[in-house]
Amino acid sequence: MRLDGKGLIDRDTPVRFHFDGKAYEGFKGDTVASALLANGVKLMGRSFKYHRPRGVMTAGSEEPNALIQTGTGDAMLPNVRATVQEIFTGLETRSQNRVGPLDRDLMSVNDLLWPWLGAGFYYKTFMWPRAFWEKVYEPTIRRAAGLGRMTKGASPEESERAFAFCDVLVIGGGPAGLMAALTAARSGADVIVLEESADLGGRLLSDGEDVEGLPGPIWVQEIRDALEETGRVRIMTRTTATGIYDGLTFGAVERVGNHLPRAQDLPQECFWRIRAGQAVLAAGALERPIAFPMNDRPGIMLASAIRTYVNRYGVTPGENVTLFTTNDDAHKTALELVDAGIKATVLDSRPNVSPHGDYRVIDGAQVIGTQGRRALSEITYRTASGTHKLETDCLGMSGGWNPSVHLTCHKGARPVWDEAIHAFVPANNAIRGLHVAGACTGAFSTTDALTQGVEAASAALKTLGKRIRKPDIPKASTDAGTTSALWSVEGKGRAWLDFANDVTTKDVRQSAREGFKSVEHMKRYTTQGMAPDQGKSSNIGALAVLADATGRGIPETGTTTYRPPFTPLALGTMAAGAQGKGFAPERFTTSHKAVTARGAPMIEAGLWYRPSYLPAPGESHWRQSCDREVNMVRNAVGVVDVSTLGKIEIMGKDAGAFLDFLYTNMFSTLKPGRVRYGLMLREDGHVMDDGTTACLGEGHYVMTTTTAAAGQVMAHMEFVSQVLRPDWDVRFVSVTEQWAQFSVAGPRARDLLNGILDTPIDNDTFPFMQCGTARIHGIDGRLFRISFSGEHAYEIAVPSTYGDALYRDLVARAEALGGGGYGMEALNILRIEKGFITHSEIHGRVTAFDVGMQGMLSKKKDFIGKAAATRPGLLEEDRERLVGLKPVGSVKELTAGAHLFEPDAEATRVNDLGYITSVGYSPTLGHFIGLGFLRDGPSRIGHHMKMVDHLRSVTAEVEICDPVFFDPEGGRARG
Amino acid sequence: MQIPCPLCGPRDLREFSVRGHALGAKRPEGETWSVDWDDFIHNRDNPAGRTEELWFHGGGCSAWLIVDRDTVTHEVFGARLASEGGQ
Repeated sequence: MRLDGKGLIDRDTPVRFHFDGKAYEGFKGDTVASALLANGVKLMGRSFKYHRPRGVMTAGSEEPNALIQTGTGDAMLPNVRATVQEIFTGLETRSQNRVGPLDRDLMSVNDLLWPWLGAGFYYKTFMWPRAFWEKVYEPTIRRAAGLGRMTKGASPEESERAFAFCDVLVIGGGPAGLMAALTAARSGADVIVLEESADLGGRLLSDGEDVEGLPGPIWVQEIRDALEETGRVRIMTRTTATGIYDGLTFGAVERVGNHLPRAQDLPQECFWRIRAGQAVLAAGALERPIAFPMNDRPGIMLASAIRTYVNRYGVTPGENVTLFTTNDDAHKTALELVDAGIKATVLDSRPNVSPHGDYRVIDGAQVIGTQGRRALSEITYRTASGTHKLETDCLGMSGGWNPSVHLTCHKGARPVWDEAIHAFVPANNAIRGLHVAGACTGAFSTTDALTQGVEAASAALKTLGKRIRKPDIPKASTDAGTTSALWSVEGKGRAWLDFANDVTTKDVRQSAREGFKSVEHMKRYTTQGMAPDQGKSSNIGALAVLADATGRGIPETGTTTYRPPFTPLALGTMAAGAQGKGFAPERFTTSHKAVTARGAPMIEAGLWYRPSYLPAPGESHWRQSCDREVNMVRNAVGVVDVSTLGKIEIMGKDAGAFLDFLYTNMFSTLKPGRVRYGLMLREDGHVMDDGTTACLGEGHYVMTTTTAAAGQVMAHMEFVSQVLRPDWDVRFVSVTEQWAQFSVAGPRARDLLNGILDTPIDNDTFPFMQCGTARIHGIDGRLFRISFSGEHAYEIAVPSTYGDALYRDLVARAEALGGGGYGMEALNILRIEKGFITHSEIHGRVTAFDVGMQGMLSKKKDFIGKAAATRPGLLEEDRERLVGLKPVGSVKELTAGAHLFEPDAEATRVNDLGYITSVGYSPTLGHFIGLGFLRDGPSRIGHHMKMVDHLRSVTAEVEICDPVFFDPEGGRARG
Repeated sequence: MQIPCPLCGPRDLREFSVRGHALGAKRPEGETWSVDWDDFIHNRDNPAGRTEELWFHGGGCSAWLIVDRDTVTHEVFGARLASEGGQ
């Protein structure tokens, strides 16, 4: 029922929204929960296991009951807390975990079966037959129990990620947080204030207390103005600190657009990473329920939530309210209700308690039962004089307050039991640089909060070396109240601890009885605390019941581990911006536009995109294109962009020695104008990478690495230079992006080049493995006579600016000579025909010996990996060594990844003699060819083996051959 | 976690990659296999507590650093350039 003259909602702005298909009206500033309560809706969902009717229990993010689905279609979001979701025009919400309408859930039969559905029921019952668990039992149980439904598609709604920095981060915008922010800002610190709800103020918006003679909300507005006046404070409302990480880095989730109509075109949420110099935690406290029999009916909620609904939202959840309390705090709710004209009765578990105002108190009372099918109508309570009944439509419960210690525990600290307030408080210095203030320290009066806010900020400012300017402490209530411990009430019927997961005191006691006595075991056995609310309202109560059942004290029993996130956090929000194109950066070569314009399918090579093949008109299968491109290179001339290979420019007096140390073979003897192939090992003696290095002049080299290992080689070179040889005079820099480089390969390569070089070349001026500068169309470039295809070939490099123009020119000229551009498929076939290795072969577990390059391990100098490469195990004949393969049986195909066996051996692991790394159809030879590693491979050349691909179910007879299939003398490259 | 790069100032963890204990900088003498080489390549203590490690600022200035940090608390006490001997 809406109350006149109460609440901070905007009564001039009515808002229509839907719940379970029915339209309701609330006001701007309402949450779904407050608007539904205003409309007399108490039933908001069904419970997890027993499908019992449930209403709202809290007025904050700790809500265990009122979980709803918002949105429709793929934008549907499950498990949204109705107490957090603000209403807006067009908002669609639905209740969860029901079959049929909410008020007649067909699964509520589970509630009648409750005596058999206790903790561990499923594990004990659905044991046989064993295979049924995964296929039948678990899926069925999961459908019956549970929360909202997942959508199948990706949400069309976007979230964002962002970063922020500040001197002092203040978590919580209540009295303590506001004073901390004011102190820090006035002392010259840059401040960020995080407030979970839509407005600053915390309990000052709910409690009807005056501060400095002003009503709470008015004082809050004045402080807000003062904060903004400093120009140093960024106030982030609707933002929850979700976790604390190393180095005072915080995760926080901001509700940006999910409280507004979709037309606003805002992201739904923003996941913030905030790095703070110092931080103040003023997270407040959470009221805890009492586990009395049948304490879960709609209409039963936390006492403090009632006064939040009254004072903040102008709604009363009932017209005849009863409060069941162990402490003074619920009396505040009674006073607020009376002030709003609502009848209130307090049942106080303590003896000799008198009312603080115009309401009735029944002291020494305990609620032992409740009635009402879909909403509370009556309670039964017990006093010294006997058992009594009381009609009521709303019962507020208060079992005391738990300081919100969560963030202080995220890095492993354990909270400390404070016997005086019957609650856990943060350990001293739980996290260095995080200063706690207010109710989250267990200090519950408003004056304590205001004072501690100033003190916590002062401690932070002192560490930061700021001159502290403390504001005066405003006059406010000094009443912290007193509390007594009452965790559970004995009686007939279930007494819920964890409302979200339907865990009762009976389940916890059973857990203890069956030996699950550790709090961590109890949690997992009963699932207490494992729902989306992470047991915010049940953890302490459950461990108190466990402590009682096991005869230990609460501090000895201890808490479970507090882990981030503090509130449920959508994975889509944390991953915001990292889907699709945002997943990884893309690197494009200068020829990208030219090859995509020709319809080339692109394949990824690390972050690079390279053309798979360049389809010609009429070609419908990649093999047609690939075969044509291979023939083109073998018979005329082909052009391919090789800019993705790492290019590293190396200079310095000791550059030659540096290369000698990096490569297994000698480079200091390389003359200017010459290129050499080199092999690099890791220090453990295995091959890291290979490539060519050209000597452009005295002490000036340019190294190429493979595309895949460019980054690794660069980091390796930095390591060698900075860490192992810091005294050497050598400098190097990656120039991969600066030079566009194209391979021109084929018998007519030189004819093509001589059309564009200012000075033509011939075999004498530019023999195989020659390099030098060249002018191309008047542009200064570089020319290397190297070949990865075995053909007469060159690589020509120009500054990237000219890459696109040169590529198009080269392809046009190649086409005029009967050739053209080619892609990665053809490049791969060409190199397999020549037995050239790539990272398919040098995959990290092979040695120079394995790839037949032991001759390149220089004996004249030290190099990286030299000592380890001489280990006996790395030089044995029967290691798996590089061979070529071709099919000789009826199956004409080879597959990469297949394993090799003797022809008559069973294809099992023990008989495994090797594997295939690269395959392809060679149009040059007219059959499939492959490279692979085979035990004692070279001595098996000419033998027949069996290839078995267990994954693709292919078996073929193969002949082992030399890895060089084509032009073994190498005459074509030299011609 | 932040690492105070001597060249760039305090930078986020994600700009760096780790290469294990700082012993990795002490490459043994000699070109034949020995116990020293075996230790250098394979054997590292795994201290729970304060230790020195090699980190690479690959997302920044490309400096190799010796980082003094606590593997339990993740507190970073300092970082210096490995090229300056790491001493």
